[in-house]
Amino acid sequence: MSLVVFFIAAIAAIASAVAVVAQRNPFVSALALLGNLASLAALMLLLEAQFVAAAQIIVYAGAIMVMFLFVIAYVGPKSEIGAGDRKPWQPVLAIVAGILIAVQVVVVVFGASFGEAAAVDATYGGPGAIGAALVTDYLLAFEVVSVVLFLAAVAGVVFGTGARPRRLTADEVLVKEGESAEARRRAASRALIDAARPARTGEAGR
Amino acid sequence: MSPELPFFLALSAILFTIGLTGVLLRRSPLTILLSLEIMLNSVNLTLVAFSRQVGGSDGQVFALIVMGIAAAEVVVGLGLVVAMTRREMVLDTDELRTLNG
Repeated sequence: MSLVVFFIAAIAAIASAVAVVAQRNPFVSALALLGNLASLAALMLLLEAQFVAAAQIIVYAGAIMVMFLFVIAYVGPKSEIGAGDRKPWQPVLAIVAGILIAVQVVVVVFGASFGEAAAVDATYGGPGAIGAALVTDYLLAFEVVSVVLFLAAVAGVVFGTGARPRRLTADEVLVKEGESAEARRRAASRALIDAARPARTGEAGR
Repeated sequence: MSPELPFFLALSAILFTIGLTGVLLRRSPLTILLSLEIMLNSVNLTLVAFSRQVGGSDGQVFALIVMGIAAAEVVVGLGLVVAMTRREMVLDTDELRTLNG
């Protein structure tokens, strides 16, 4: 029974991952990633990691993906324009390298012997066990993650608001226009002088 | 019969390489970030699978911490995308070559 669930979730995960990579519209890609996250949460439930599966749905599908969708809606669903400057063999090489790496790891993994899985009791993977580990053995990592998240929030605010070009005051606009009028006048007179000169001295003078 | 550890490891290897290929192939920074999420999630699956095999909760704690770091990474990446959009830059990693050697 759980083998059937595994294969259904595995096929759904692979199909949605391929859809994320292959879709041209980033909006559809983000929705496909949502399906990928849900099937991975099902697989984690098979591994009796209930709390991680719930966190996967709440944190990833609930928070991170909503942020993604907001940004995609803000940027607009632009797909890639043109062919870029890649050589035609580069994407082929990337796909071949990816398939080779996957085949290598799959062969190695099925050739290794891992022994029987450990027996676990009913509290395994619940919030109690995870919480106890987080605030005892992994307290430092827990605190470091909170600092990292805080710094990321500050970075998001700086990127989001600090990048706007400053609006010029009325005086500065006048100064800038005066400068550009001056520059235009100079350029026009230089062009006149160049036109009056013979062509070869104009080239040499530059 | 329940699935054995190699099934989970093979699946997460396949997902990881799909994400890796996406990072290599796509030029839109948004899709590259989505492919990075696939890679991080496949590693999470590996951590949880090994944690179940050993019978401890260490791997699951690692997976949760990876989720927190992924959230931070997404905030910074999407912040860059938004900043690029506000400066009317092209959202194409082949065009962003100011630091190209």
